[in-house]
Amino acid sequence: MIKKFVVGSFHEESDVFSAVKNVRRSGYKLHDVYTPYPIHGLDKAMGLRETSLHTMGFIYGILGTTIALTGMGWIFTTDWPLDIGGKPHFPLPAFIPITFELTVLMSGVGMVWTFCWLCKMMPGVKKHHFNLRSTDDMLTMVIECTANSNEAEISNFLKENGAIDINTQDAEEGWWFGRYDKEQKLYRSEDLEVVE
Amino acid sequence: MSLLKYESQLREPLIDGDKDYHQITEDIIGPLETKPTRLWWIGLSIALLLLAFGVYSVYREVAYGITEWNITRTVGWGWDITNFVWWIGIGHAGTLISAILLLFGQKWRTGVNRAAEAMTIFAVMCAGMFPIFHMGRVWDGFFILPYPNSRGPVWPNFNSALLWDVFAVSTYFTISLLFWYTGLIPDLATIRDRAKTKFRKMFYGLASFGWTGSTKHWQRQESLALVLAGLATPLVLSVHTIVSFDFATSVIPGWHTTIFPPYFVAGAIFSGFAMVQSLLIITRKVLHLEDYITIGHIEAMNKVIVLTGSIVGCAYLSELFVAWYSQNTYEWWAFRQNRVNIFSPYGWAYYGMIFCNVVSPQLFWSRKLRRNPMFTFFMAVLVNVGMWFERFVIFVTSTYRDFLPSSWTTYYSPSIWEIGFYLGTFGLFFTCYFIFAKFFPVIAVAEIKAILKTSGENYKEKMSTIEEMDSTEFYKEEMEHAH
Repeated sequence: MIKKFVVGSFHEESDVFSAVKNVRRSGYKLHDVYTPYPIHGLDKAMGLRETSLHTMGFIYGILGTTIALTGMGWIFTTDWPLDIGGKPHFPLPAFIPITFELTVLMSGVGMVWTFCWLCKMMPGVKKHHFNLRSTDDMLTMVIECTANSNEAEISNFLKENGAIDINTQDAEEGWWFGRYDKEQKLYRSEDLEVVE
Repeated sequence: MSLLKYESQLREPLIDGDKDYHQITEDIIGPLETKPTRLWWIGLSIALLLLAFGVYSVYREVAYGITEWNITRTVGWGWDITNFVWWIGIGHAGTLISAILLLFGQKWRTGVNRAAEAMTIFAVMCAGMFPIFHMGRVWDGFFILPYPNSRGPVWPNFNSALLWDVFAVSTYFTISLLFWYTGLIPDLATIRDRAKTKFRKMFYGLASFGWTGSTKHWQRQESLALVLAGLATPLVLSVHTIVSFDFATSVIPGWHTTIFPPYFVAGAIFSGFAMVQSLLIITRKVLHLEDYITIGHIEAMNKVIVLTGSIVGCAYLSELFVAWYSQNTYEWWAFRQNRVNIFSPYGWAYYGMIFCNVVSPQLFWSRKLRRNPMFTFFMAVLVNVGMWFERFVIFVTSTYRDFLPSSWTTYYSPSIWEIGFYLGTFGLFFTCYFIFAKFFPVIAVAEIKAILKTSGENYKEKMSTIEEMDSTEFYKEEMEHAH
């Protein structure tokens, strides 16, 4: 769905922090802040909750441990018990290296997969970029226009808070499959001709 | 000036020159947007020639069998395992820099981590070639994987150190690759958003996974990096430990020793840092990145080299002492006759190793030499030669005279195809590195930007006023700026 956004660009981190505070106080709908590098504390200032990605990492890791131990145990005790120099069929110390490696492998791969899933990232995914310089040197704050908000008022608000470049953009939210070398054509319901 | 951004003047700046965020992007990504230079083409051509020779050497080995190599009845692994362990050791510096130094909060890692991680991945790729082609019937290589098969099913032996190695090396490769690439995505997005040509827009658009720089995404990315670092730290130590188990769990004199895991890990970090030094000293010069990979970075890495070199030296001595003190005839013989005796057939390798790994790095106790790039480059090459000798000494001198004196007659020296295979991995390594240095940012752009305001030279200069303030004045200043 296409929405209207007011986009303000900042140079200084401190301006963004105070702007975020004021946006939340004034009740505008803060869409997101795009930055070229991670700014510590900005997530808290925006009221985002702590990510639970590391919990997922723990769960994947435990899964790896379980798969490794039960897998090797089942193979050596049940499926095909081989007598290797009279050694025990379930030699736990000898299973530790593979168990450790599988724990790390599953945890790492699982976390990266979950990271990509949560951030909606994969090759071929395209999103709307409000300001191309937000991956270079600008901090870009995007405020969504709602039915009760006034575009000019938001622009003024951003200006007061130290934004140096302010504009309004119509954009599709979310993600879709697309190529970055092709221009994006927005889909509007009024563009469709109704065939009777 | 907020207190959070303050860093002592005693610390050297990590970014030299008058930089701002845009300048950093220009400096690091600018060189990727120009046509490759003549020097780059020459380098790539040499690497490709070496690779072609390597491919032909491997073809000989696959087509005519393992007899194309000069390995003998007792020296069953020869150059092959020497090269495997040498490359895998080199592959340890990248993850050490990116993971362990991240956990320790060492900011200087940001200048060198990206190139070191890439080097790790390429080195592990090269290492993996050796055990795979040593199988002889490489087309049956998948037999090492545990999967329900139609052969019984017959499973691999999970008690074997060689199988642990399969898991360790493949896990290490996967985790290093993921760690490297998730860090690379924001920088690829920076290139994408600057791209002028259609191809670059498409290529970097695909490669950057649609990264936007959203605050939530950064939060997740940082959390991911931290947990991956936590996982990769024991992983780095485990990989070379397991590689050393390949030898330590056997009963060959010279191999059967408990000192191997720490000794191998220290050696791996030692050789890995030496390789990072030799690559980065050239890269910083060619791509004009002296402001980001400063003399301070080179010095920090040289400190690691002198530390790990000394640990390796202690390990050599302990090994010798343990062999003597154990009163085990075979063990002592292997050390006394096959290694330390300078007139034994491989005496030259032992003393070459001692000279390159223990004696020469001690020169780095001098600050002047540590801060000299030319000297560092020379030493880095020397250390890598020394570490190759170390593996050669361990593997060949322990096996060329086995328990049966009638099989002692053979003096092992490699055939041209063994040498060709080794040169071929150099070709592979440098082909990958040349392509990496031309199409990917060799320095982590986003991470450098994150430390600019604490460790950039121009920002640090402004901080000097803080040190001259007295405490009440400073407190007042802080309170005024507090939100």
